[in-house]
Amino acid sequence: MNKRELLLGDEALALGALHAGLSGVYAYPGTPSTEITEFIQGNPLAAQRGVHCVWSSNEKTAMEEALGMSFAGKRALVCMKHVGMNVAADAFVNSAMTGANGGLVVVAADDPSMHSSQNEQDSRFYGKFSFIPVFEPCSQQEAYDMVRAAFDFSEKFRIPVLMRITTRMAHSRAVVETAAVRAENALSHPDADHTRQWVLMPGNSRRRYVTLLEEQEALVKAFTFNEYIDGADKSLGIIACGIGYNYLMENYPEGCPHPVLKISQYPLPLDEVRRLCDECEAVLVVEDGQPVVEEQLRGIMATPKPVRGRMSGELPRTGELNPDNVRAAVGLPARPELNPSEVVVPRPPALCEGCGHRDVYAVLNEVLKNEYKDAKVFSDIGCYTLGWLAPFHAIDSCVDMGASITMAKGASDAGQHPSVAVIGDSTFTHSGMTGLLDCVRENTNVTVIISDNLTTGMTGGQDSAGTGRLEAICMGIGVAPEHVRTVVPLPKNRDEMYATIKAEIDYPGVSVIIPRRECIQTLKRKKR
Amino acid sequence: MKRDIILSGVGGQGILSIATVIGRAALDSGLNIKQAEVHGMSQRGGDVQSNLRISSDPIASDLIPRGAAHIVISLEPMEALRYLPWLAGEGWVIANTVPFVNIPNYPAMEAVEGELAKLPNIVAIDIDGIAKSPRVANMVLLGAAAPFLEIPAEKLEQGIRDIFGRKGDQIVEANIEAFRAGYEYAQKSLKK
Repeated sequence: MNKRELLLGDEALALGALHAGLSGVYAYPGTPSTEITEFIQGNPLAAQRGVHCVWSSNEKTAMEEALGMSFAGKRALVCMKHVGMNVAADAFVNSAMTGANGGLVVVAADDPSMHSSQNEQDSRFYGKFSFIPVFEPCSQQEAYDMVRAAFDFSEKFRIPVLMRITTRMAHSRAVVETAAVRAENALSHPDADHTRQWVLMPGNSRRRYVTLLEEQEALVKAFTFNEYIDGADKSLGIIACGIGYNYLMENYPEGCPHPVLKISQYPLPLDEVRRLCDECEAVLVVEDGQPVVEEQLRGIMATPKPVRGRMSGELPRTGELNPDNVRAAVGLPARPELNPSEVVVPRPPALCEGCGHRDVYAVLNEVLKNEYKDAKVFSDIGCYTLGWLAPFHAIDSCVDMGASITMAKGASDAGQHPSVAVIGDSTFTHSGMTGLLDCVRENTNVTVIISDNLTTGMTGGQDSAGTGRLEAICMGIGVAPEHVRTVVPLPKNRDEMYATIKAEIDYPGVSVIIPRRECIQTLKRKKR
Repeated sequence: MKRDIILSGVGGQGILSIATVIGRAALDSGLNIKQAEVHGMSQRGGDVQSNLRISSDPIASDLIPRGAAHIVISLEPMEALRYLPWLAGEGWVIANTVPFVNIPNYPAMEAVEGELAKLPNIVAIDIDGIAKSPRVANMVLLGAAAPFLEIPAEKLEQGIRDIFGRKGDQIVEANIEAFRAGYEYAQKSLKK
């Protein structure tokens, strides 16, 4: 039986997410998005299901925690205002590369006219910038309906979906007809075809970037919310985006005499746009925010001429320019060149012989293999990312600075155990501390390993902000002192490390283990 | 005068120091230079390369086009082969024959040697046999490449003094000695 309720746009979105089988909302308060999370926090179904709805330290930790829940197969929602997208950007943009496992929907609530913001920003640019599809509902009913469609779309195409709303719908009430409530997903991991893209090292990323771009056309073909409404009067054609459609139709109570292309999903459906432009004498673009669509249409040329470049294939769509691909684009014949030798194989980088990270991974692998099933290790950006390669194959994710701790948290929230994070000392102070705070506030069952080599290693050995302070920082954030453990990563300490890691994984709360040994490269340089 | 040079090897072998010395010598000779290199992950035992371009005319691209490199100078034999598509037809390969095996699937040495032997213009040099210490291996290689660089050997030696000067006379002399040993080797092998 479908119910009818009077709901704010924010509330309609929230209810739609719950009814679509949401397992967690991760957010930081920001007008006009705040009410989405507040609605979930106060909703009985959410309480009954144990839907995660505690506020995160910031929009970046929120995005990463949701990504961790998505990695673990469950549906997650992230909410923020437009400037929150700037804070979440590192994680958000990279989430197009990892893709989604459980449906992942990110809501950006823009505030044109700056009713309570320091600027205007159009979050549709973030979708365009990262190749993530954007859904833009125009009404409270559309918000309710589209969020379920967004989760389904996200799971079908294994990509996050950005939902963009604006203040006047977010904070306006209307009657919404609700649909059947469905179950949450069970815990699941990315299948064998989709594990590499969660570890964003260049070799993996280059492959994923190509498929991400290739998929874009298929995404647009699967859109169901854009609508071409023909009209007899072709003196004008109108493209109406999101809430702009309402304002248009307000002025045509008998129906609009002009053809209207109602846009609710991006990238733009090019065939429909071209049809409108061909059939009409002039085109009006009605969009709330910046002239995103208008600029795409407008161009600079007085008389349109063919344009060649990366979009038309004269230059490669991905990868850097070089003298050779530019030579081909201008139509010069290729220089004669020798064939590559078949004997040559790739030579990827590796952890230095004698590096402390090696000892950490060796023991961690042993513990996880001997003592547990289905452990997952969320890692981060630094020399230790090389733990993904042979011989260790020790990590399951690397996304953006600090994401190890937050993704471990999101996965743990989804039921993943053991949920281990491996992060470096410098990465930890860069953006791991806020994630650790999120874990402490909810006493999340995670084991965080801060592999401390007393330096910022990969970039050449610069000093690290937290050197000498890591234990104090962790205890200051609120990790129980008896669960902040320090070890020296050397083969002779293997037994002690093994026992420590096992004990802290078994402890059902926040543990921090700090294996500490100076980077051998910086040590070498000091001795010279 | 124009020389497009690809330097290659394994992270940590000292490739970039070779580029620095040549660059310094070229600068002192009033030549134009562009030198492109990749940092970061390459330090960790991965393959490294540098595109070094020297010319009496202004240089446009920092990257050397395929089929255009006059010389490939490599501290490692498989890494020399990696850049064959960039080598000009009459280009020279100056390569260390000592393999750096830090990957499980390194090809059989006979296969690598076989490919190098096919090249018409190659100076293959066993650096381990010539260098008095691994630290100066890169300067032996530079010496072996010197006859092909169109930069006088004295200028290159001055470059070594300038670059390594702050490390003290002993180190400078060790590097000069290594350079000369490589140079002699190349002269001998060209005469064959």
